[in-house]
Amino acid sequence: MKAILLLLAATGLWSSAASAQDAPNQPETVQTQPVQTQAAENIQIGLSTDRIAITSDFSGADLTIFGALDNIDPLLARQGRYDVIVALEGPTRPVVVWRKDRILGVWTNTQSATFVNVPVSYSVATTRVYQDVTSPESYRQLSLGPDNIYLAPAEGTSPATLDEFRAALRERKKATGLFNERIGGVHFLSQNLFRATVALAPNVPVGTHRARAFLFRNGAFIRESSTTLSIQKAGFEQSIFEAAHDYSFFYGLFAVGLAVLTGWAGSIVFRRE
Amino acid sequence: MSIYLPIAEMSVNLLVLLAMGATVGFLSGMFGVGGGFLITPLLIFYNIPPAIAVATGANQVIASSISGAIAHFKRGTIDFKLGTVLLLGGMAGSSVGAVFFALLRSLGQLDLFVSLIYVVFLGTVGGLMLVESLRAIRRTRNGTAPALRKPGQHNWIHRLPLKMRFRTSKLFVSIIPVLGLGAGIGFLAAIMGVGGGFVMVPALIYLLKVPTNVVIGTSLFQIIFVTAYTTVVHSTANQTVDVVLAFALMVGGVAGAQYGAKAGQKLRGEQLRALLAGLVLLVALRLGFDLFVRPASLYMLSPLGES
Repeated sequence: MKAILLLLAATGLWSSAASAQDAPNQPETVQTQPVQTQAAENIQIGLSTDRIAITSDFSGADLTIFGALDNIDPLLARQGRYDVIVALEGPTRPVVVWRKDRILGVWTNTQSATFVNVPVSYSVATTRVYQDVTSPESYRQLSLGPDNIYLAPAEGTSPATLDEFRAALRERKKATGLFNERIGGVHFLSQNLFRATVALAPNVPVGTHRARAFLFRNGAFIRESSTTLSIQKAGFEQSIFEAAHDYSFFYGLFAVGLAVLTGWAGSIVFRRE
Repeated sequence: MSIYLPIAEMSVNLLVLLAMGATVGFLSGMFGVGGGFLITPLLIFYNIPPAIAVATGANQVIASSISGAIAHFKRGTIDFKLGTVLLLGGMAGSSVGAVFFALLRSLGQLDLFVSLIYVVFLGTVGGLMLVESLRAIRRTRNGTAPALRKPGQHNWIHRLPLKMRFRTSKLFVSIIPVLGLGAGIGFLAAIMGVGGGFVMVPALIYLLKVPTNVVIGTSLFQIIFVTAYTTVVHSTANQTVDVVLAFALMVGGVAGAQYGAKAGQKLRGEQLRALLAGLVLLVALRLGFDLFVRPASLYMLSPLGES
């Protein structure tokens, strides 16, 4: 595992107004917050690069994201009442979940449910165990965490089996490492500076990923900040992928030619003396 | 040592791939088969998506068959006319197979169908081969000469119309069963990612009564072109050929094949056939086992709308 270090870009690029617009479903705490204190706490994360290249020796990686808190209450910070959860959401795609049942003794895919916009990958890092950060309702409202991320079913999906298939989808994603969580993966370096480490699975999808950081105070959600990260295949891998999709016929011919050459070269190299 | 597969979009161990290629190459060199029927299930067991395992398996078979085909070409033991007619059928079968493949994938039944067709074909062919080779072994022990080809004997296949003369094979036979056989093999190539040698060789010997000395060469000739065609069809229709994966398997495969061929020369024909039959049956049993035993997870995810 190699670590990809993304440095803090502690500029005011992500204004609080922008992050409020990003998340229209934020619970009421956000709106009531400015009334209670003179200025609301703010959270910012930044990446030194906006793209990561997957090279041929890629076998998963740790992604480090730095972030900062503004306008925090020093007393609460000393008492460790601030918590941060960072989530890296992969690109979303529709997914079909199949269930096998026994038909004539053979395990066969029978029932299925389709979910739209399922993130292919979803990695989470937290300061503490989930139940110490905020309430289950809050996680559900925020759609935060592998067990709470909202998975919207496609139209016409039977509501009777929806929960079952939704749980199965989460379980399968976790089993393949694409949904993962790292409890204690967020460390405070000082009162208002933190470092989050999230895991990128070996089969992390390419595409635009969104890093989101959620700030909690005393178990209440305060604010969210997000930024995007593009994960791409490196030059060679990307060229092959593009060739396979854009010039699929010639790519096929190339694959055949490569096989013919390899087989022929092998018979010469290993020719019996 | 891991390597990233750009089409499968996953990271796998390169040494495992090389070892897999070398093992299958050794066995295919020993038995004179393409080895697609071993490589595709192995890739599936190694969590490569079946769609990619099948298309890439077909690609790999080309490399493992080419050196054998060159040797037979030099010896003049290829019936090009018969091979070409088989190939015409093969292309038609492969095209139908690729469309069927895409349909099954969208229905979520591809994995099951691939497993079922493997179990049925490997089980049948392996079983028949085992019975035949054991009988041959018993015959040689008893000292009676084996009589594979009885020239005067004709079956219903030789009564069909549209006859064509194949000089190299000394055959005068209807092209209907030849095209049909080719189409069947092409269909299997597209669905199973195999060259189809394990079906082709017995079919040529027992159904068409092709002389044994031209069977292997002609089968290899046809296999190379059908798998090449299948590779291009899968690449164009499904974009499921992973050249990095295929190349790793080929490199291991061609090296293993040379040693396998030497090992194979130490064994008698019927002993080889009995061993191959045992191997084929083992793969069938292993796949069959998975069909009937409750899987570790009853659920499977598949992307929507893949064609």
